[in-house]
Amino acid sequence: MRARRLQSLAALALAGWLVLPLLPLAIWSVAHGWRFPDLLPQAWTTKAWSYALSDTAGVLNSFGLTTLIATATTLLAALVGVPAGRAIGLHSFPGKRLVLILLLAPAILPGLATVFGLHGLFLRLGLTGTLAGVILAHLVPVLPYMTLVMAAVFSRFDPAIEHQARSLGATPVQTFRFVTLPAILPGLLTASLFAFLVSWSQYLLTLAIGGGRVQTLPLLLYSFVAAGRNDVTAAIALLYLLPGLVILAITARQITGRSAALTEGLRP
Amino acid sequence: MTDRTRLALMLAPALLVLGGLFLTGLGLTLLRSFRYFPALGLTKPDLAAYAAILTAPGFLRSLGLSLWIATASTLIAAALALAAALLLRQAFPGRAVISFLIHLNLTIPHIVGAIGILYLFSQSGAFARLAHAAGLIIGPQDFPALTHDPFAIGIILLYVWKELPFITLVLLANLQSLGEDHEATARTLGATRWQAFRHVLLPLLMPGLLSASALVFAFAFGAYEVPLVLGAHAPKALPVLAWQAYTNPDLATRPEAMAMAIVIAGIGLALLALYARAFRIDHAR
Repeated sequence: MRARRLQSLAALALAGWLVLPLLPLAIWSVAHGWRFPDLLPQAWTTKAWSYALSDTAGVLNSFGLTTLIATATTLLAALVGVPAGRAIGLHSFPGKRLVLILLLAPAILPGLATVFGLHGLFLRLGLTGTLAGVILAHLVPVLPYMTLVMAAVFSRFDPAIEHQARSLGATPVQTFRFVTLPAILPGLLTASLFAFLVSWSQYLLTLAIGGGRVQTLPLLLYSFVAAGRNDVTAAIALLYLLPGLVILAITARQITGRSAALTEGLRP
Repeated sequence: MTDRTRLALMLAPALLVLGGLFLTGLGLTLLRSFRYFPALGLTKPDLAAYAAILTAPGFLRSLGLSLWIATASTLIAAALALAAALLLRQAFPGRAVISFLIHLNLTIPHIVGAIGILYLFSQSGAFARLAHAAGLIIGPQDFPALTHDPFAIGIILLYVWKELPFITLVLLANLQSLGEDHEATARTLGATRWQAFRHVLLPLLMPGLLSASALVFAFAFGAYEVPLVLGAHAPKALPVLAWQAYTNPDLATRPEAMAMAIVIAGIGLALLALYARAFRIDHAR
């Protein structure tokens, strides 16, 4: 009985700790004049939200821009990462260990280790301050993630069914379209959604390569933090969480795809 | 087309992208940390940038601070995650809620969590207000500095909040693939619950725990936006110091920024080696 109670207590503490930092954000976003030492705001208002959602704040533009960058990065990563994931998941070949290390390195090494060199390279290529430059830079953390998750998806795929389709007269394109793709689609979808989130969360790479001209949501968010606008900051911070919530809802039922996305390529 | 060429074609685009961006970025950083920059007339590599950062007090203090942040965050998050994983392995009312919160936390960008921690623990934050309401403090300045503080407590709190769920999920995935058989076997052979945990379960979980911890350590050591929001003015976390040196209008400090980036890369590479070993990469798949 005592163990039971201890268990409930620990569960409660864990749940409380996980929610805690989100509470002041929720309150600040609807607070009107919440000064020290008031425990709660004196009045409630939706002013911060209407400002954040107005054209002048630039939040909606940033939201769209961040979505565009994350979508383009994810599509490019899928295009390049699916074949590579297949090669790694289904085959063994000389140098595979080296390939795996090259994939793990950008995932483990902090972005700061490469960002100055990347900035120098992009400066010479004329890619700094451009959307294309930021998308390419985001591939550095996103592509390894996509490839490693797809390798895990392919390691559970049986290529024998492709041979059967071919021997029954299907063309390579038909085989991919009607046999391979349906089999890997749940995993690919989940990998793409979480890859989107990896790009969505980037801060330093965008700051360095975008050079202030590519104003994604986290950069805009920080400018409001620095300006001390707690109410608007909180509203933007909550908006910034939206895609994560949507992705959780979409993947909630895809246990297999999600577990691959989370355990094979999971990043802190 | 032979199988070999097909494999090479499947891998080539990914390797080209990563080689072209990641390896080139790292290589250029390394060259410029040796002050090799022909466009600026620097053609004789030397170690002056490393000598400069090693003799300046700011760098060593920042390095020490970042190592402290990463070590404390990783140890606390790993210990709590182990407990959380053992808790969530059992069935109890409300487990689904906690599982949802853990997954939710994983999707939250670090900067959002950092702002939440700031509004909770700053000297005019939620806990300071509670302390005032309880009559413990009179003004904000009486509340202990837990954010922008020299011990980086706010930063560590953020990482514990953000990485505990990450390590927990890795451990839960490991537990799921292990099943409960090994522990039960140990128990029927007379092991106590503690012995079964200490000598059977823990060693089985160790590779997962170590590899997840290596990732957390690397992230907490090298992340920029978290100390940007929660860090003290001095000493600065190493990534913030390096960025400041890089963006200094005086271009002479750029090689020093590059040298700091190489120090960060070196620690990252050491962690990669640890991760690869724990992951047993040569047997992987």
